[in-house]
Amino acid sequence: MTKEKIIAVQNLSKQFGNFIAVNSISFEVYKGEIFGFLGANGAGKTTAMKMLIGISKPTSGEALVAGFDVKTNTEMVKRSIGYMSQKFSMYDDLTIKENITFFGGIYGLSRNQIKEKTEKLVSQLELEDAVDKLVGSLPLGWKQKLSFSVALLHEPKIVFLDEPTGGVDPITRRQFWEMIYAEADKGTTIFVTTHYMDEAEYCDRVSIMVEGSIEALDTPKNLKKKYNVASMNDVFLKLARNVE
Amino acid sequence: MKRFIGFVTKEFYHIFRDKRTMFILFGMPIAQIMLFGFAITNEINNVNIAILDKSKDDETHKIIKKIRASEYFNIEQDIVNENQIESVFQKGKVKAVLVFETDFIKNLQTLKQAKVQVITDATDPNMANTIANYVNSILLNYTQEINKNSKASHLIQTQTQLYYNPELKSVFNFVPGVMTIILMLVSAMMTSISITREKELGTMEVLLVSPLKPFQVIIGKVFPYILLSIINATIILLLGFFVFGMPIEGNLFLLAFESVLFITTALSLGILISTVSNSQQTAMMLSLMGLMLPVILLSGFIFPVSSMPMALQIISNIIPAKWFIIIIKAILLKGATINVIWKETLILVGMTVFFIVVSIKKYKIRLE
Ligand SMILES: Nc1ncnc2c1ncn2[C@@H]1O[C@H](COP(=O)(O)OP(=O)(O)OP(=O)(O)O)[C@@H](O)[C@H]1O
Ligand SMILES: [Mg+2]
Repeated sequence: MTKEKIIAVQNLSKQFGNFIAVNSISFEVYKGEIFGFLGANGAGKTTAMKMLIGISKPTSGEALVAGFDVKTNTEMVKRSIGYMSQKFSMYDDLTIKENITFFGGIYGLSRNQIKEKTEKLVSQLELEDAVDKLVGSLPLGWKQKLSFSVALLHEPKIVFLDEPTGGVDPITRRQFWEMIYAEADKGTTIFVTTHYMDEAEYCDRVSIMVEGSIEALDTPKNLKKKYNVASMNDVFLKLARNVE
Repeated sequence: MKRFIGFVTKEFYHIFRDKRTMFILFGMPIAQIMLFGFAITNEINNVNIAILDKSKDDETHKIIKKIRASEYFNIEQDIVNENQIESVFQKGKVKAVLVFETDFIKNLQTLKQAKVQVITDATDPNMANTIANYVNSILLNYTQEINKNSKASHLIQTQTQLYYNPELKSVFNFVPGVMTIILMLVSAMMTSISITREKELGTMEVLLVSPLKPFQVIIGKVFPYILLSIINATIILLLGFFVFGMPIEGNLFLLAFESVLFITTALSLGILISTVSNSQQTAMMLSLMGLMLPVILLSGFIFPVSSMPMALQIISNIIPAKWFIIIIKAILLKGATINVIWKETLILVGMTVFFIVVSIKKYKIRLE
């Protein structure tokens, strides 16, 4: 793996009133890496991610995403990234095709590009028969795979996934992770938050956030060794206990 | 530009696929106009009237006979002096009182003209108007007959007097009123709901992460509603004009300009509401309580501003709808030009600019 930094975060904080949601976090993400951003409910994952994608202003600290400052060069940051939000990111009352056309359109893809992409994407996901179905009628797993593909339409350097597999069955999750691997192999950097500790094992490196701070950051293998446990789940439990 | 078209297309999908939205957009205006329109019927049948005949001569008897013979009126009672007029109205037994002047026949024969006073209960304004028209036409008919026979020109003058509702609120009042309400509803409420819907669903975030600038997102969302509002305004005016005979005296361009101005005012209010609400429910409540109620109660649509308590009269000034109703009535009914309504127009422009500036400020704060 080339060690080219694509995200560099330095003492990034976010405060809502008196409440510190993200407390001076620092880390780096390398190009082509699958970076797992773990943490319990309310740890501050989404808040941190929103600062990195330029829709929330940091209270203090620095962050460079794809080489651009998230505070001053938001426009360029936005052009370099794809994003799948924790809530569902597509329109239920539009068909698959219409959704793809719309999102391709706002990223400035040409009509031909959109057509090509649609065909490719639909055949990859084996959704040929469903292109003209409303997205709302699809099972959750399909929706999530679809919105991952849509987040990649404009071939971003980095894609941010906020709990992309929330609420789906293990088989679909497995398939989803295969898609993530395939994309990472192409050189796209994946920044992903998750609750599922088994998914943490799939990441190249993980950070574990507890109450706004990053408590651990390493490869899953090193973390297990360091805490002397068998699974990431145990690593997580140990860290959580330490804080209490 | 291509992006913009894509965005607007998507917005139209949302609109056309949501039955509730479609109903509010197209069902409501038509239903409202029809409801108001037909509740205010233009035909009368066996309306009870009273007659005060101060002359009691051959001519008045003939006329009264003619009125009695018509299917339109039913002479409920004869009264003998003016003091009774008020009380028969109070009892609600009659809708109108016809007063024949003293020396009716003498005036008609010597002066060639005589007077009939038509006093109507204008609490039902359209009815009052219609009654006066029917009486007029009966009298006209009658004079034509005697003129033909005598080869002279006699004239029976009618003086119409309205009791209780001298402003004569009627079809001419409710068409501008309904138009204002509908434009508010479509422009302000529907846009605020459609913007907050994206917030609620989380798609707003996805849009803001895209290279689209926030103002492009807002314009893309608002634009379809401008089109729909214009279509709506046109439907209402056409219905008013063709079905209910509402006059359109003024310049159509001015009418269009003022309508678009008001639509913009309403849209900017809708955007403002969407910046302060996080759910569709909140947006809807804010629009209903904050916009629709004042429009209905304080704009002068239903209750004349001049008869409100002083405090409410002052408050009514900050309601854009009040100014729009003044403008639109002046254009439709009086054929007013911009020279007459420039002040009201400027007030609307000022309000619009104010709302837009405030929503831009709020929008920035929200992105913090
Ligand atoms: N706009 C806001 N105003 C005030 N507090 C907020 C705001 N957004 C988030 N918070 C708070 O910040 C904390 C972190 O929230 P965040 O959504 O980042 O957590 P998370 O790690 O993504 O949790 P989850 O796993 O539930 O998604 C929570 O306590 C939340 O209530
Ligand atoms: Mg979250």
